[in-house]
Amino acid sequence: MSLLTQQRAGLAIALVLLVTLPVWIGNTYYINIASQILLWAILALSLNVLVGWAGLTSLGHAGLFAMAGYTAAMLLDRGYGHFTADVLAIVVTLATTAVFAVLGLRATGIGFLMITLAIGQILWGIAYRWVSLTNGDNGINVSTRPAPFGLALTSAPAFYLAALAVFLIALATMAKFARSPFGASLRGTRDQSRRMTALGYNVWLIRFLAILFSGFWSGVAGLLFIYYNQFIGPQVVALTTSAEALLMVISGGSGTLLGPVVGAAIVVVMKNVVSAYIERWNLVLGVIFILIISFMPEGLVPGSVRLWRAGVRRLRGTQSSSLDPTSAPGPDGRRIPWLRPERTP
Amino acid sequence: MSLWLTLAVNSVALGSLLFLLSSGFSLIFGLMRIPNLMHGSFFMLGAYFGVTLLSKGVNFWISALMSAAAMAAIGGLIERFLLRRLEGQVLPQVLLTLGFAFIIGDLCLMLWTGDPWQPATPDHLRGVVQMAGLYFPVYRLVIVIVALVVAVALWLLVDWTRLGAMIRAGVDDAPIARVVGIKVSQLFTGVFALGAALAAFGGVMGAPYLSVYPGLDFEMLPLALIVVILGGTGSLLGALVGSFLIGFLYNFGQAMLPDLAYVILFLPMLLILVLRPQGLFGRVVS
Amino acid sequence: MTALYVRGLNKSFGGLRVTGNIELAVEPGERRLIIGPNGAGKTTLFNLITGEFVPDSGTISLFGRDITRAPARRRAHLGLARTYQIITLFPRDTILRNVTLALLGLSPLRWNAFLDLARQDHLTHRAREALARVGLEAIAERQLAETSYGERRRVEIAMALAQAPKVLLLDEPFAGLSIDERRELHKLLTAIPREVTVVMIEHNMDVALDLADRITLLHFGEVMVEGTRADVVADPRTREVYLGS
Repeated sequence: MSLLTQQRAGLAIALVLLVTLPVWIGNTYYINIASQILLWAILALSLNVLVGWAGLTSLGHAGLFAMAGYTAAMLLDRGYGHFTADVLAIVVTLATTAVFAVLGLRATGIGFLMITLAIGQILWGIAYRWVSLTNGDNGINVSTRPAPFGLALTSAPAFYLAALAVFLIALATMAKFARSPFGASLRGTRDQSRRMTALGYNVWLIRFLAILFSGFWSGVAGLLFIYYNQFIGPQVVALTTSAEALLMVISGGSGTLLGPVVGAAIVVVMKNVVSAYIERWNLVLGVIFILIISFMPEGLVPGSVRLWRAGVRRLRGTQSSSLDPTSAPGPDGRRIPWLRPERTP
Repeated sequence: MSLWLTLAVNSVALGSLLFLLSSGFSLIFGLMRIPNLMHGSFFMLGAYFGVTLLSKGVNFWISALMSAAAMAAIGGLIERFLLRRLEGQVLPQVLLTLGFAFIIGDLCLMLWTGDPWQPATPDHLRGVVQMAGLYFPVYRLVIVIVALVVAVALWLLVDWTRLGAMIRAGVDDAPIARVVGIKVSQLFTGVFALGAALAAFGGVMGAPYLSVYPGLDFEMLPLALIVVILGGTGSLLGALVGSFLIGFLYNFGQAMLPDLAYVILFLPMLLILVLRPQGLFGRVVS
Repeated sequence: MTALYVRGLNKSFGGLRVTGNIELAVEPGERRLIIGPNGAGKTTLFNLITGEFVPDSGTISLFGRDITRAPARRRAHLGLARTYQIITLFPRDTILRNVTLALLGLSPLRWNAFLDLARQDHLTHRAREALARVGLEAIAERQLAETSYGERRRVEIAMALAQAPKVLLLDEPFAGLSIDERRELHKLLTAIPREVTVVMIEHNMDVALDLADRITLLHFGEVMVEGTRADVVADPRTREVYLGS
């Protein structure tokens, strides 16, 4: 079985499992967890565009996420329809992201982090204090979920499938982006920005557009969030949310496609499990952060892949193995950077 | 008229507290190139610690100093044993401080519960003083005086002592400083501890005025960030000017446009980033 | 029309003057060698020409076109390419991808977020050609991290040549190479067609000398001696500057 067929088979199986999930997981509670994982995975993927591919770490993405959520919630509250509210929410989020980008790009590296953090905190402060606009601590209720093409999303399985559809689109877009010339340019600016300029690339514009792309998907995740919870409050704009998103990217493995998804699953599951037993989720979050940073900075997915390859090699006593879907590229040189940060041809 | 004056006095007081908070932050950032995301936590934890001592009858000033010492110890230990392991990797160091910020936040919640705690102004600092026909609360003035004293002390330390010269050398070029024989790693630990101490001292001083409550850490952190972005990294003068600027903006903003107080804070940061990204007094950091 | 014309170029960092009133005129197809002791300002001159530094005063022209105010990225599109003293390649990619990125920099395709870059055969083909010119086509698929220093130097040259530049700036291309590698590189550089004007900084005079038509000697940021190879070698000031090298 060629590598490509293996990969395709794997994807097909995964797809079937995901689509039929409500069937083999009957429990509503777990289906909802799956929905949560999907929407947070989209946020994590969007953050990964910056952290993994642009080399820009942002601690303000909760702000973009919430911008979409709050805008839609406020518009819905004032009687607008779902479609209008959602489209306007994304437009507003993109505008905010543009400002976010222009300010953040006044510095790079740690300066970018500081500025995005400050902006994120300001947005949080606005969500808390501008009570006449955002209802402050009480948040805004979202009474109805949208009904695309007339299909109601009120039940857990229905919402899950809608979220899955959006997630798959997001994932496919990310995969395309990763393999595209623009994606390669972006990674180039991460690795050698001076050289890129000398080669004729407009580094600032590349980064700016990447941030917009990231902001768009953060906004989409935010919309899924308000429809899932049917509520939005300032707690979601707090620094902890941005930190959790960053943790999802880093723990799973930044720069890969599956990494942020795996990371999202880990964080969401842990948060739900832990919250049932301990009230102090922040404490656990902090400890995990420290452990990952100190001992497994490349993330779980690349780390596990490394172990898998080593194990397989020992089993077969060969250098590379056909059992290993992540090794040398297939006959036509195509390999999707799912599991390891791009070592593309 | 007296409303504006009260606001002005409050702004100066807040600015002073912010200076105590952000001077440490600016030093740490300037020397170690790390925005210390647990700085707000040092402020809050220091405040809780000091206020606990106060409630046990310890003298106000002693409480503040003991709290500063305790935070210096904690900060020093964290730097020496965890941050230093990641030396040279700025991003992981920053994320480490973030992790600790979350831990400390929850620990405080566990130890001191969610109720805000506002200790009474210490007896010998209570009351009002009359100057030029107007009344000023003594405590607010004390805060300002303390901040100015600290500012002068820090200035003397950085500009006039050998230690300060070593710090400045480390800020300019850490690798070369090492080559010349300056123990930069130890300097890092020292400055981190000093920053923590300053934040804690500020927290205790601020407690009778701002009170201590969960979430104080993440409310103060962005203020420190904005002050440093405004004033310029590594510049004490920048931290001073920035602190008072933000103090004024925050208070007047709260009073005049309460809903928009945070937006108002945003604006000078926006302006500075657009017009002069290195801050008012900062040098361009390579 | 000169290929590269620099006039009255001045640059100071803080109080330190690194480049002083430099004038340089390189004819099309010429091979110009820039020499001088460490700290003479050679790389700074390159950085000024490529636009990485902004001069305090002076002008830079490329084939008659004033590029002094042109942003660095624009200069690549106008036909300027360079290699670096310290290798600055893309460590996480294959050599082929490295060269492809060089080609992509001048192509409008670089803004495309939909196509698959690996499938852009015309780009990959040209990249392979560029690698063939430097003798590396056999290991095109190798990860950069697994190549030797000598091979990386050649990748740098491939990347610069791939952009079909009009003026090529080489910053100490022979640095760190073994005797054999130097010979190979020498052959390579001799084979560069005369459509490309080459300006080269080199510290090691033995190997670079015969590649040069004209030589410019820099010292303390200023042009000390300039002329044909014979002139400069014979000039007593050259010996002075190098202390009898």
